[in-house]
Amino acid sequence: MSLAVVLFYAFAIFTVVSAAGVAFSPNVVYSAFALMGTLLGVAAMYVFLAADFVAMAQVLVYIGGILVLMLFAVMLTHRIATANISNRSVGRVPALLIVSGVGLIMGRAIYRTNWVLGTDLPDAPSTYAIGTGFLGTYVLPFELASFVLLAVLVGAVAISRKELRDAQG
Amino acid sequence: MELTPVSYIRWIPALPLIGAVLNGFAGAGIQRRFGERGIAILACAPVLLAFAISVQAFLHLLSLEPESRFLLDRVAGWIDIGTMKADIAFLVDPLSCVMILVITGIGGLIHIYATGYMHGDQAFWRFFAFLNLFTFAMLTLVLGDNLLVMFVGWEGVGLCSFALIGFWWTDHKNTSAGNKAFIVNRVGDFGFLLGIFLIFWSLDSQGHGALAFRDIQHHAGSIADMHFWGWPVATLATLFLFVGATGKSAQIPLYVWLPDAMQGPTPVSALIHAATMVTAGVYMIARMNFLFAMAPETLAVVAGIGAATAFFAATIGLVQNDIKRVLAYSTVSQLGYMFIAMGVGAWTAGVFHLVTHDFFKACLFLGSGSVIHGMSNEQDMRKMGGLRTKMPITFWTFLIATLAIAGTPLTAGFFSKDEILWKAWSSEYGSPVLWVIGVAGAGMTACYMFRQVFMTFFGECRADPEVQDHIHESPFAMTMPLVVLAAGSLLVGFLGVPEFLGGSNHFHAWLAPVFEHGAHGGAHHGHHDVAMEWTLMMISVAVAATGVFIAYLFYFRQSFSAARVAAIGGGGPYTLLLNKYYVDEIYNFVVIGGTLLISRFLAWFDGAIVDGIVNATAAITRRVSAFNGMFDNRVVDALVNLLANRTYALGTRLRHVQTGGINAYLYVIVGAVTVVLLARLM
Amino acid sequence: MHGISLEHFLTVGLLLFVLGLYTVLTRRNAIGILMGVELILNSANINYVAFARYGGSSTDGQIFAIFVIMLAAAEAAVGLAIVLGIYKNFDSIDVEATDTLRY
Repeated sequence: MSLAVVLFYAFAIFTVVSAAGVAFSPNVVYSAFALMGTLLGVAAMYVFLAADFVAMAQVLVYIGGILVLMLFAVMLTHRIATANISNRSVGRVPALLIVSGVGLIMGRAIYRTNWVLGTDLPDAPSTYAIGTGFLGTYVLPFELASFVLLAVLVGAVAISRKELRDAQG
Repeated sequence: MELTPVSYIRWIPALPLIGAVLNGFAGAGIQRRFGERGIAILACAPVLLAFAISVQAFLHLLSLEPESRFLLDRVAGWIDIGTMKADIAFLVDPLSCVMILVITGIGGLIHIYATGYMHGDQAFWRFFAFLNLFTFAMLTLVLGDNLLVMFVGWEGVGLCSFALIGFWWTDHKNTSAGNKAFIVNRVGDFGFLLGIFLIFWSLDSQGHGALAFRDIQHHAGSIADMHFWGWPVATLATLFLFVGATGKSAQIPLYVWLPDAMQGPTPVSALIHAATMVTAGVYMIARMNFLFAMAPETLAVVAGIGAATAFFAATIGLVQNDIKRVLAYSTVSQLGYMFIAMGVGAWTAGVFHLVTHDFFKACLFLGSGSVIHGMSNEQDMRKMGGLRTKMPITFWTFLIATLAIAGTPLTAGFFSKDEILWKAWSSEYGSPVLWVIGVAGAGMTACYMFRQVFMTFFGECRADPEVQDHIHESPFAMTMPLVVLAAGSLLVGFLGVPEFLGGSNHFHAWLAPVFEHGAHGGAHHGHHDVAMEWTLMMISVAVAATGVFIAYLFYFRQSFSAARVAAIGGGGPYTLLLNKYYVDEIYNFVVIGGTLLISRFLAWFDGAIVDGIVNATAAITRRVSAFNGMFDNRVVDALVNLLANRTYALGTRLRHVQTGGINAYLYVIVGAVTVVLLARLM
Repeated sequence: MHGISLEHFLTVGLLLFVLGLYTVLTRRNAIGILMGVELILNSANINYVAFARYGGSSTDGQIFAIFVIMLAAAEAAVGLAIVLGIYKNFDSIDVEATDTLRY
């Protein structure tokens, strides 16, 4: 086994274990930190796949943005000082049954399918190609995405403000 | 024929329109803020400016070669549907140039006069708004480059005439006179429209669909042999156009509105019902002369109607006692002369008489307005008299205009009327009968006009003492136009001095380019029988002088009693004339009575037959509906209710699926996906 | 490539998906459910990028992954705003408590 393979396995296991932490931790704050591990592991997966730009976007957006947002939400919605920050689960047994069923079916699909593989590519920076793609083939979805983000920004502010006013009233 | 495109002509109609809009929408405020003076300036300035531009257009025309004296101002495209194309375009050629000079010039003078006459009227601004609007419409009429623009002006002047006749609307007589004018005009306008339709349709069927005058003229030859229901199209179309002309220009049988139109303020009578609008019919025929020249039958009708109108209106004028009504019948009569000229193909003579008549008739009307003003709104001549010394300017100008209309040698009316009479005798369409009728009418004109002068200005004053105390000469704003117009009445005749009197007849030469295609009786008519012309002129002057002399005997010397003459034949002829041949009553009986008769029959038909059918249908419908209703209630509703009840019961049970818990929903979703996947793999 | 095959990445993605699904199904905490959704989105992203890498010469997969990241950010922003709203109204973010719209 080459170093790369060893590292891959290490990161893969780290990712999956962190994800399990998200799934099973009884405390929502622990879950959030476990999620950070998962996101970092996924970023590593991208690196193994030679997707440098996506990896950086993952770290910046997910860990720097979304995860911080979630922690804020957790802090805002629980009185940390007083109450136990609950992450109670319900219906574990039927959930486990359904989830393992889905997992089995998908695993079977993965290993039974004869994947058509392309030629092996050298590892090269992909930022240039992605940039060209955004301003070429995908310029319409790219511009639409900016509208979506604008709408989300306004919408999120609007929702929060309204509730604040109601709370005060 | 070359056109010169220009872009200043549009301001001639536009300026009065601006004045009308300003006065109409802001006039009340302006009058309150700046008084009548503000309104007067706002109303008169556009017309005088338009006059200045008209003079500029005239000078422009003069600078061009006679054959290419056409200025076209194409403002915008208007209608462009298939083969039908009409632009908003204004054309100045020698004919329309004469018209706009007259309209803006005399119109401007009458505007100024009206500022004095309407002084103190509450709706001062409204009067001038309509007067300006009228000027705009009239200018559009004469400047229009095609039949449709002309028609817009044609309708516009009718509308303004209606509004101004009924200007003092609180008196029911005035509004009904306005209604009468409008409705009678509509009859004529309908004929005009039919004429336009027929011209366009026939030209279009020959592949030359056109509405612009020069295009119609250019292609007129193509419809020369066309027939419509057995009639030559040219004859039919010109007859329809002539119906329009009789409405606007007050000819038999549609003249009845004009005498009643005297209910309006006197400046309106002068501007609309003497000088401009009533000449629209004459102008239109002159404008379409090439088409009328193709239809000798129509020309005969035109000449016949014109002669009949000239004669009968003059007989009515002999006995009227209202100062303005005499002038109204005189206008109808004079318009008849213009139609005689049109009917014998003497286009220039007709237009010349139009111009001279404008001057002296406007002067007469304004003079009568001045008298009415001075007499505290008295219009009955039997209560006037002796005003000569009290209103000298009015008297002298009125006398000059009367001399002109009577055809006194060397005045304006002499030259123009004499030319028409000569053409009526000598033209290839003319006949001695027309001439005899015309001369007789001229004699009566001289008689009733001098009767008016004698009754109004000479003898003892017959007014009430307190009215007498207030008699005064009118203010400068009113006398100034009188003087100008009286000077015109004396002088404009010299524009068209006929050749046998040693003149060079500038007027004919000026209009020749317009009428060259139809100049059958025009300036280029072959040889002149000078001796005959002199003879005829002498006879007509002698007849006119006789008319004056009769008036002198009856109304100045009173050698004979008018009452005794009136009693001839048991007073029958006099009563007949006094009541204007009972034409109004006959129209009332035939038109209104006929309409009522038809309406009563239709009402009976409606009540007895149509209602019967409708009621029977309704009864049947009710039966069918009752059955339908029963079926609806018992069968359809039962089915619908059954379905609704089942749905409700089902819903009552199914609603328990909505637990409100997200996890439950998720289970359902994921479970369903799993089942689908499993089914796919099995 | 160095002994790491497409199936390896797909397996990691599968595991993340399964764990995310389990999280979503069992959590009663609204924020926990959102975290499960993030896991599922990440597993999809791994698949996109892996297929792009092994399937051929295109970067389309990576571009899609970036769109997914963008949408995840948007979803988190709106989702958390709603969660805050719910908390203000119900004084709880337990999804069992917010059953106003049940039958």
